Amino acid sequence: MDYRMLAFFIFSSIAILGSLMVVFKKNPVASAFALITVFFAFAGLYALMSAHLVAALQILVYTGAIMVLFVFVIMLLNQDRPVEDLKSSSPFFKGFAALGVSALVYSMIRVGLLAKGIQPRGQMTEDKVIELGGNVRAIAESLFTDHLMQFELTSVLLLGAIVATIALAKRKNSMEGAAS
Amino acid sequence: MIGVEPWMLLPVALVIFGIGLFGLMIRKNLLVMLMCVELMLNGVNLSFVAFSKMHQSLDGQLAVLFVMTVAAAESAVGLGLVIALFRTLRTVDSDQIQVLRD
Repeated sequence: MDYRMLAFFIFSSIAILGSLMVVFKKNPVASAFALITVFFAFAGLYALMSAHLVAALQILVYTGAIMVLFVFVIMLLNQDRPVEDLKSSSPFFKGFAALGVSALVYSMIRVGLLAKGIQPRGQMTEDKVIELGGNVRAIAESLFTDHLMQFELTSVLLLGAIVATIALAKRKNSMEGAAS
Repeated sequence: MIGVEPWMLLPVALVIFGIGLFGLMIRKNLLVMLMCVELMLNGVNLSFVAFSKMHQSLDGQLAVLFVMTVAAAESAVGLGLVIALFRTLRTVDSDQIQVLRD
């Protein structure tokens, strides 16, 4: 068996089992660490698709920034009493949700398998990307020429998110102190 | 023996998206619900990369970069909201948050 095929099966099974653990672990810290494993498996899958920049950013942004934030918040809240989770939702609702989601997934898989017949129409073949100087350079040139507007708008979005987070996390009395 | 074809990633992406959606529906801990949203976003990212490979175009990978930025902003604001809620209500249980209902 091709080693890429083997890597694909290993990474995708890690991703699926890890995401099941995210949902079914009672402790939020265990969920967070399962999610980190899922993100690493996703980075492997991106690398298999020769999307090197996305694979690197997956590890840097998701596991390096977002998950650290999650773990910090879990530690910060430090719930004295665990949430009555998974038990309190009725088995009827759980079964209904599982049935609905699996019907959705099944129908989407049937639709997705139709995509096997898609003929590639773009110009970015493997050889063309290598000729342009690799995945990272090709993406960067496209990002900073054709998609510059979206890139700048993204910075506005991040600025808005920073302002919103600070406004939310600020304590009430300190805001009153600033006003008076 | 065929190699790894891009369409093989699509069922994986869909299953991950479905697991995330299911978790979002059955869990009551707000932090775990946010993590399930991240799972759903990652499933969509995986299908973006697969379609990008399938169509031999890099636009899908660019879309993934923007989705990652939005996910970072979303989780920052979401966790800020969770902290603010915990400070006032002392809980992260989504069933206990019923201030508007009373």
